[in-house]
Amino acid sequence: MNETINASLVEWSRAQFALTAIYHWIFVPLTLGLSFILAIMESLYVKTGDPEWKKITKFWMTLFGVNFAIGVATGIILEFEFGTNWSNYAWFVGDIFGAPLAIEGIFAFFLESTFVALMFFGWNKLSKTSHLFSTWMVAFGANLSAMWILVANAWMQNPVGMKFNPDTARNEMVSFLDVWLSPMAVNKFLHTISSGFVLSAAFVIGISSWYLLKNRNKLLAKRSIAISAVFGMMAILFNIFWGDSSAREIAQKQPMKFAAFEGLYKGQKGAGLTTFAIITASKDDPQYENINNYEYRIELPNMLSYMAYRDFNAFIPGVKDLLDGNKAQGIMAITEKVGRGKLAMQALSDYRDARKAHNKAAADSATKLMDENFKYFGYGYFDNPGNLVPNIPLTFYSFRVMVVLGFFFLFFFAVLLILIYKNRLETSRFWLKIAVVSIPLAYIAEQAGWITAEAGRQPWVIQDLMPTLAAVSQLDTMSVKITFFLFAFIFTLLLIAELKIMFRQIKLGPKDGGN
Amino acid sequence: MFETLSYFSLQQYWWIIISLLAGILVFLTFVQGGQSLIYTLGKTETEQKVIINSLGRKWEFTFTTLVTFGGAFFASFPLFYSTSFGGAYWVWMAILFCFVIQAVAYEFRTKPSNFLGRKTYEAFLIANGFLGTILLGTAIGTFFTGSEFSVNKNNLTLISNPVISQWESPWRGLEALMNIQNIALGLAVFFLARVLGLLYIMNNLSDKNIFDRAKCNLWFNAVPFLAFFLFFLIRLMFIDGFSYDPVNHFVTMEASKYFNNLLQMPVNTSILLTGIAGVLFGIIRTLYHPYTRGIWFAGAGTILTVFSLFILAGFNHTAYYPSTYDLQSSLTIENSSSSRFTLTVMSYLSLAVPFVILYIFYAWRAMNSTKIDADELEKDHHSY
Ligand code: HDD
Ligand code: HEM
Ligand code: HEM
Repeated sequence: MNETINASLVEWSRAQFALTAIYHWIFVPLTLGLSFILAIMESLYVKTGDPEWKKITKFWMTLFGVNFAIGVATGIILEFEFGTNWSNYAWFVGDIFGAPLAIEGIFAFFLESTFVALMFFGWNKLSKTSHLFSTWMVAFGANLSAMWILVANAWMQNPVGMKFNPDTARNEMVSFLDVWLSPMAVNKFLHTISSGFVLSAAFVIGISSWYLLKNRNKLLAKRSIAISAVFGMMAILFNIFWGDSSAREIAQKQPMKFAAFEGLYKGQKGAGLTTFAIITASKDDPQYENINNYEYRIELPNMLSYMAYRDFNAFIPGVKDLLDGNKAQGIMAITEKVGRGKLAMQALSDYRDARKAHNKAAADSATKLMDENFKYFGYGYFDNPGNLVPNIPLTFYSFRVMVVLGFFFLFFFAVLLILIYKNRLETSRFWLKIAVVSIPLAYIAEQAGWITAEAGRQPWVIQDLMPTLAAVSQLDTMSVKITFFLFAFIFTLLLIAELKIMFRQIKLGPKDGGN
Repeated sequence: MFETLSYFSLQQYWWIIISLLAGILVFLTFVQGGQSLIYTLGKTETEQKVIINSLGRKWEFTFTTLVTFGGAFFASFPLFYSTSFGGAYWVWMAILFCFVIQAVAYEFRTKPSNFLGRKTYEAFLIANGFLGTILLGTAIGTFFTGSEFSVNKNNLTLISNPVISQWESPWRGLEALMNIQNIALGLAVFFLARVLGLLYIMNNLSDKNIFDRAKCNLWFNAVPFLAFFLFFLIRLMFIDGFSYDPVNHFVTMEASKYFNNLLQMPVNTSILLTGIAGVLFGIIRTLYHPYTRGIWFAGAGTILTVFSLFILAGFNHTAYYPSTYDLQSSLTIENSSSSRFTLTVMSYLSLAVPFVILYIFYAWRAMNSTKIDADELEKDHHSY
C-alpha cells in the first residue's frame, strides 16, 4: 500500500486534530482554575466553620463536575490521535514526546481522578481537613497534568535535549531536564494555566453577577465575586507577564510564527507594533501567494523591536526576510535551508545503505554530513518555499483578539475590585451585565490563543524537523473524513447536553444545605 | 541504579510494567462488565440507580488506567504506538468512541435538562460495556495471531511517502474480528468483565435482591467465560508462534511457540496458573457460600493471568506484535522500544508508582467505608 501521501489526507488529519483539541480546550481551562477557586472557598469554610461557605463550595462543585466529565471524554481522543493520525510522528519523536504523556498519566491523571472521587463523594465520609486536602489535590493534579502536556507541546515548538539517531531513524532524548525545563515550556505552562485562572474567575463572576441582576442568591454571589475578582486580578497580571515573555521567546525560536502574528512582512530596524490592521485578499507580492496586502494599518513606531528585544532599534526579520534570506542580518534563505535539508536526507539514506553494506568509512562520512545539516532536516520535504508560510491573517487576527481581551480583563477585574471596595457592586447594573458577557469573551481569548500558537507554527509539527505532511498516518482520506464528522457530531451533541445541564443548574442555584 | 542495567533488561522491565498495567486494566473492566448488566440486575429504577452509582464511583480508575496504559506504551515502545494505532485505525477508533460516550454518561444521566434523556446515557454505558471489552480483548488477541503490516525505516527519506509503518489490510484492523482466536479472547474478556462486575456489585452493595440476582447471573457468565478462555488458551498451545533469533533478530515461525514459552518460563507459568486458580476460587467460593469477597480473589487472579499472558507474548525471544505480512517487520521488545536513556529516566519515575497505588488504595478504602444503598444516595450531595 505504498501510495503517496496526498494533501487532502494531511488537511483532514489536521482538521480532525484541531477539532478535537478545540473541543478539549473548551473544558480544560475551567477545570484548571475553578479547582483552585473551590479549594479557596472550602478553605474558608474549614477556617470559619460558616455553613454558607460549604453551600457555596458545593454549588460551584456541581458545575465543576459537569465540566470535568466532558473534559475527560474529549481528552482521551487526543492522546491516542498521536498514534492513530500522526503515526510517523509517534515514531520520529516518540522517544522524547512519549515520556511526558506517560508521566502525565501516571502522576497527574491518577492524582486528579482519585481525589476528584473523594471530593465529590467524600463529604460524609472524610474529616473536614481530609476533604479539604482532597480538593487541593484535585487543583494540584489538574495543573500538573497541564504542565506535562504543555512540556510536550513546547517541545514541538522548540525541540531541545535530543539527538537524531540514524540507526533507529528517530530522535532520541539526551537530556530530560532540557526537555522539561526549557524556557519555552516554562513560559507556556505559566501563561496557559494562568489563562485558565482568568477564565474561571470570569465564569464565577459572570454567573454570580447574573444572580445579582436577578436579585437572588445574593450572599453566594457577593462572596464568590469577591474571591474571584482577587484571584482573577492576580491571574491576569501573571498571564500578561508570561504572555509577553512567551512572545519574546518566540521571536527567537520561531521567527516565522512571530512575523506572522505580528503581520510583519519586511524586516526592519526599529520595527513598529501594528496595533490594528485590515488584511485584504489582494497579493502583496506575486511570488508568494500566502502574503496579502494591508488595507489599513495603525502602527506604534519602534515598539515591536523594543518588546521583542528590549531595544528600540533591534532588527526584526519579516516573513520575506525569512523566505529570501538577508545577508546583512545573517538570515539564511529558505532555498538554502531546503538544500541543506535535502542533503541531510540524502546523507541519512546513504548512511543506512553504507551500514547495510558494512562500509564503515562511507557510513562515517555520511553521518558527518547528516549531523552538519540535521538542523534543517524538515526543510528537505519542501519544494515550494511558499508552503513554509503559515496562514497570516488567521494568526494575526487571533493574536490581536487574545491580547485585546487580555487588557480588557485587566481593566475589568480592576473595576470590580474598586466597586467591591466602594461597596457599590450590587447597584452597578452596567458592570454586572458586562460581567455576564465576559464569560464568552474569556472562552474566545482561550481559543484565539491556541489558534495563534498552533496555526502560527504551520507547516511544522516539530519546528524545522518534521512538517505535518511527514507526520501523518498513511490512511485513506475517506476514513479520516468519517472520523472527523463522527467526532464533530458526537462532541457537538455532548456540548449541547453540557450547556443545557449547566444553564439548568445555574437557574436552579444552590439547594438548601448544599447542591 | 538503572544505569547499570543492560538495555535489554530495561526493555524487559518496561514490558513487565506494560503487562502489569494491562492486567490492572482488565481487572478494572469490572466497571464495563457491570454496566452491561444494569438492566439484568436492577429491576426497579431505584435498584438501577444504586448499581450505577456503585460503578460510577470507580469508572474513573478504569478510564485513567486506559489512558496511562496508552501513555506508558507510547513512551516505552513507540513503534507499537505508531504501527498499531496508526494501522488498525478502525478498531482503536471504535474503542475510543465507546469510552468517550461512557465518560459523560454517569455525570449527565440524571441531571435535569440533560438533552439526550436518561435512557440514552444508559445506552452509552451498555454500549461501552459490550463493545469496549470485546474489542479490547480482540485487539490483544492480535499479539498472538499477528496483523498485516510492514515497517521500513528507510521510508523516512521518501518525500512522496515518508511513512514508516504501513498497514497492508484495507480493513484497518477490523480484520482482527475474522480470526476465531482473537474473537475467543474478546469474548473471554467480555464475560470475565461481567463476572468481575457481578462480584464487585455483590461486594459493594447491601441490597438483598440485587445480591441474589447477581449470584444467579454468575453462573451464566462464568461458564461462557471459562469456555472461551480455555478455548483460547488450549488453542494457543498448538498454534505456531513468532520467535526471533537473539543475535541477528531474524523472525521465524516456531511450532507450538507459546507452549514452549510455558515450559521455558516456569515462573511465569506458575503465575498464570495461580491467576487462573484465583479467578476460579473467587467465582466458586461465591457460588457456593454467601460470600462477598470473591472480587478480591478473582481480581487478583485476573491481574496475574493477564500479566502472564503478556509475558508469554513478549518474553523468551517472542515477537509481541507480529506481522503476518512481512515476518521481519514484526515488533519485538528489542526493536520497538525507546532509547536506553529514555527507558532509564522513565524507570526512575516508575519508582513512584507504589505511592500512587498507595493513595489510590487509601481513597478506595475511604469510599467503601460504608456499603452503598438507596438511603445513602438520598443523603449524598453528589449522586448519578
Ligand atoms: C484567557 C485567555 C488568554 C489571555 C487573556 C491571553 N492569553 Fe495568550 N494564550 C492563551 C490564553 C490567553 C493560551 C490559550 O493559554 C495560549 C495558547 C498556547 C499557549 O501556550 O497559551 C496563549 C498563547 C499565547 C502566545 C503564543 C504562545 C506560543 O505560540 O507558544 C503568545 C505570544 C501570547 N499568548 C501572548 C499573550 C499576551 C501578550 C496577552 C495579553 C496581553 C495574552 N497572551 C493574553
Ligand atoms: C488544548 C488546546 C489546543 C488547541 C485548542 C489546539 C489547537 C490546534 C489547532 C487549531 C490546530 C490546527 C492548526 C492548523 O492545522 O493550522 C492544531 C494542530 C495540532 N496540534 Fe494543537 N492545540 C492544542 C493543544 C495541543 C497540544 C498540547 C499539543 C501537543 C502536545 C498539540 C498538538 C497538535 C498537533 C500534533 C496538531 C496537528 C498537526 C498540525 O496541524 O500542526 N496541540 N491544534
Ligand atoms: C493535545 C494534547 C492533549 C492530550 C493528548 C490530552 C489528553 C488528555 C486526556 C487523555 C485526558 C483524560 C484524563 C483522565 O482520564 O482523567 C485529559 C484531561 C485533561 N486535560 Fe488534556 N490533553 C491535551 C491537551 C491539554 C492541554 C493543553 C491542557 C492544559 C493546559 C490539558 C489539561 C487537561 C486537564 C486539566 C484534564 C482533566 C479533565 C478536564 O479536562 O477537566 N490537556 N487530557
